[in-house]
Amino acid sequence: MTAEHGYRPKILVFSTNAISDMAIDLAGSSHMDYSPTVQTIAVPCSSGVNPRWVARAITDGFDGVFIAADGPECSYLSDCVDRTGRVVQQAQELLRAQGIDPARVKTAALCSVCSEPFVNHMKQFGKALAALPSAGGK
Amino acid sequence: MTEPAKEEPRRRIGVVVCQCGGNISDYVDTEKVRSEIAKEGDVVSARVEMFACSDAAQQNSIEEIKSKKLDGIVISSCSPKLHLSTFRAMSSRAGLNQYEYTQANIREQCSWAHTHDREAATGKALRLVRAAVAKTAKSEPLEKMRVETTPQVLVIGAGVAGLRAALSLSDMGITVHMIDSADHPGGHVGRWGTLFPNNKVGKTVVDGLVQDVRTRENIMLYLKTELVEKSGRVGAFNVKLRTGNGAAIPLQVGAIVVATGFEPYAPQSGEFGYGLPGVVTLPEFKELLGSRSNKPTYEGKEVRTVVYVYCVGSREPAEAGNPRTYCSRYCCSATSHVASVLGAADPGLHQFHLFRDIRTYGKYETMYEHALQSGSVFLRYDEENRPTVERDAKGLVVRVKDRLMAGEDVEIRPDLVVLVTGMVPRANEALTRVLKLPLGQDGFYREAHVKLRPVETVIDGVFVVGASQGPKNVAESVTSALAGVSKAGALLLKGYVDLDPLVARVDPVACEWCGECLKACPYGAIEEVTYGDKQVAQISPILCKGEGGCVPVCAKQAVSVLGYTNEQMLSMIDAMSPGIPGKAGAPSLIGTTSRKVPVKEGA
Repeated sequence: MTAEHGYRPKILVFSTNAISDMAIDLAGSSHMDYSPTVQTIAVPCSSGVNPRWVARAITDGFDGVFIAADGPECSYLSDCVDRTGRVVQQAQELLRAQGIDPARVKTAALCSVCSEPFVNHMKQFGKALAALPSAGGK
Repeated sequence: MTEPAKEEPRRRIGVVVCQCGGNISDYVDTEKVRSEIAKEGDVVSARVEMFACSDAAQQNSIEEIKSKKLDGIVISSCSPKLHLSTFRAMSSRAGLNQYEYTQANIREQCSWAHTHDREAATGKALRLVRAAVAKTAKSEPLEKMRVETTPQVLVIGAGVAGLRAALSLSDMGITVHMIDSADHPGGHVGRWGTLFPNNKVGKTVVDGLVQDVRTRENIMLYLKTELVEKSGRVGAFNVKLRTGNGAAIPLQVGAIVVATGFEPYAPQSGEFGYGLPGVVTLPEFKELLGSRSNKPTYEGKEVRTVVYVYCVGSREPAEAGNPRTYCSRYCCSATSHVASVLGAADPGLHQFHLFRDIRTYGKYETMYEHALQSGSVFLRYDEENRPTVERDAKGLVVRVKDRLMAGEDVEIRPDLVVLVTGMVPRANEALTRVLKLPLGQDGFYREAHVKLRPVETVIDGVFVVGASQGPKNVAESVTSALAGVSKAGALLLKGYVDLDPLVARVDPVACEWCGECLKACPYGAIEEVTYGDKQVAQISPILCKGEGGCVPVCAKQAVSVLGYTNEQMLSMIDAMSPGIPGKAGAPSLIGTTSRKVPVKEGA
C-alpha cells in the first residue's frame, strides 16, 4: 500500500475480546487517527496467542506484530502478564532462528479504555519498525 | 485435527457489507469491497446493505442463507461487541449454526478510524472481510452445552453479607449451606458498636439475621468448618467441607457465594506509634466503645483528648510494590460518625482528625458536617510529611504539619490515638486454591468485569460478594451480597444452564502427553487419559474457560481454542497479509497449515 505520507509499516495487532479490543474500538469511535496499515485480530486472551501465529504474520509480509495484552486486569489468569511475556519471547526466538529482527514483535498492556495509548503505541512502534532494516526474507 | 486434502470442497459462504447508513460507506467503498470479496472461491453470495442489522436486511440475509444453502455467513459491519449476538440469533433463525457466523469489524476498526484515506480504508476493509471469510471457511458447527443445575448454594462466610445472602436465597426456595471458620456467626460487624449512618448496634443487626437464619429449614449453618475440595462444574459443584472435629461433609451445590470479608489492616509495630500504650486501631476503638456513646475510657482512665490518624495502611504509594494503594472507602465515614456521636454526647471532648483527604461520599457527607459542628478539629497532613506519634514522660505526643496553616507544626497531647486503619484482604490462600479464583492486584477477589459483570467471576457459578471483593461499608456489602443472590438465583431457578462451546480442544492424534498444558491450566480442566496405546490430554469443555493459556505451551500444536484454531488463525493472517506469501516451503516451525490465499492486493 502506498501512501502520500511515506512508508507506513504494516502492523498486525492481536487484541483481546474483553479488554484491549474495546480500546481499539474506542479509538475508532473517537475518530482517533492511526495508520490504515494497522489491522487487528481479536482473541480471548493475550496469553493464548500462539508464537507461531506471530512468526507467520512476519513471514507473510507484516512489518511488525503488536500484542495488545490484557495486562494485570486479565480476568482469566492472574499471571497473564508473565504468560504473554513468554509468548513474546518464544515468538522472538522463532524470528531470530530465521534471521529476523526480534524487535518486530512488541507487547504492551492496554486497558479497555486505553484508546489514546493504543494510538501512541501504533505511532511509536510504526516509527521503530520504519527505522529497522527491511524484514528478513524480503 | 489432521490436515485435509488441499483441494477441499468449497464452502458456501455469504458476505454482507454494511454501509451503516454512511458510517461505513462515507469512508469505505463498500461496493468495491463487495465486488472484490465476491471473487473469493468460497463466497457464493455478496451483498451490500444500508443497515445490516435492520429487520428487513436480516430478513434478506435469512432468505439468502436458505435459498443459496449457505454454510457460513460473514457480516462486515460494526464491532462484534454491538451485534455479535444479534447476528448469531439471526443465523439460528435461518437454520444456520450460529458459530458459522463471523463478524468483520469495518466500522470501529476501519471506517471511523481512517476517515481521511478512502483508498487505504477500503483496502483495509477488504482485508478484514477476507480474513473473516478465511476464518469462516475453517469454522465448524458447534452447540452450546446445556447442563442441569442443583438448586442449592454454598455460602462461604457468615458475616453480614453471607447472612443476608443466605436469607434471600432461602426466600427464593433455594437450599443454603453456610459455612464459617469461626465458632460463631456474625463476622466483624457482630463485634462492632454503633454503626453509621443510623446508630444501629452491629451486634444487634447481626443477631437479628442469625436468629432469622436459625428459623429457616432450608439454611444449614456449619461453624468451624472449611471448604477443602471443589470439583464439578457450574450448576453441579461437588464440594467437601471439613468440620472442626475433622468430619468430612460431601455436598452437591449449584453455585457458590464467597462472602469471606476482609481483615482490618494491622499496623506495623511503630507505625504511627502503634504498640505504644494508648495507640489503638479504629476497630479496636469501636470494640472499646461497645455500644456506649459517651465518656470513653482507656485502661480505666477517662479519655479527654483523642487524635484520629486517617489513611493508615490505605492509599500507600505504589512505588514500594505495596498492594494497598486503594482507598478503603468506609474509614472516613466511620470515623466522622464516631466523632459526631461522641462529640454530641460530650461537647467537652477534644477530637483532632489528622487526614489526607476526607471521603465521606454521598449521604455520609452530612456526618462529616456533624463531626465539625460537634467540635471536631480537622488538620490536613501531607503524604510526605506524616504525623508522628511518640510517648515521653508526660504521655503521648502527636506532631503534625498542618497544610492549611502553611505547614505550621502542631503538637497535641492526647489520651488516646486512634489509627484509622483500612481493609486488607483476608488471608484465604487455601480457599483461593480450592476455588481457583483469580485475585486482583490489591489481593481481593476479582470480579469478571468491574462495571458490566459485578460479583461474577471467571468461574461460572462462583460469585464474590461483600468485602471479599474489595473494601465496602456494611450497606455496600449487603447490596453486593444481594447482587450475588440474584445472579445465583437466576442461574439455579431455571434448572439448566447453557455453556459457551468456544473452549479448548486437544487433537489426540497430535498430542504426546507431556503435561505442559495441565500445568498451564488454573481451572483444573485438563486431565491425562489413555488414547489407544498412548497417554494424551483431555479437556473438559465445561471447566475450560477458553482463554487459551494452554495453546502456546503445547510443543505439538495439539491444543487449540474452538473459534480460534491454529488453522483459522493462520488462514486469517494469510488472508489479511499485505504482501502475500508465495513463499512455498515456508519453514516448518511456523506451522503445518499450507493453505495460502491467492494474492489479491486490495483496492
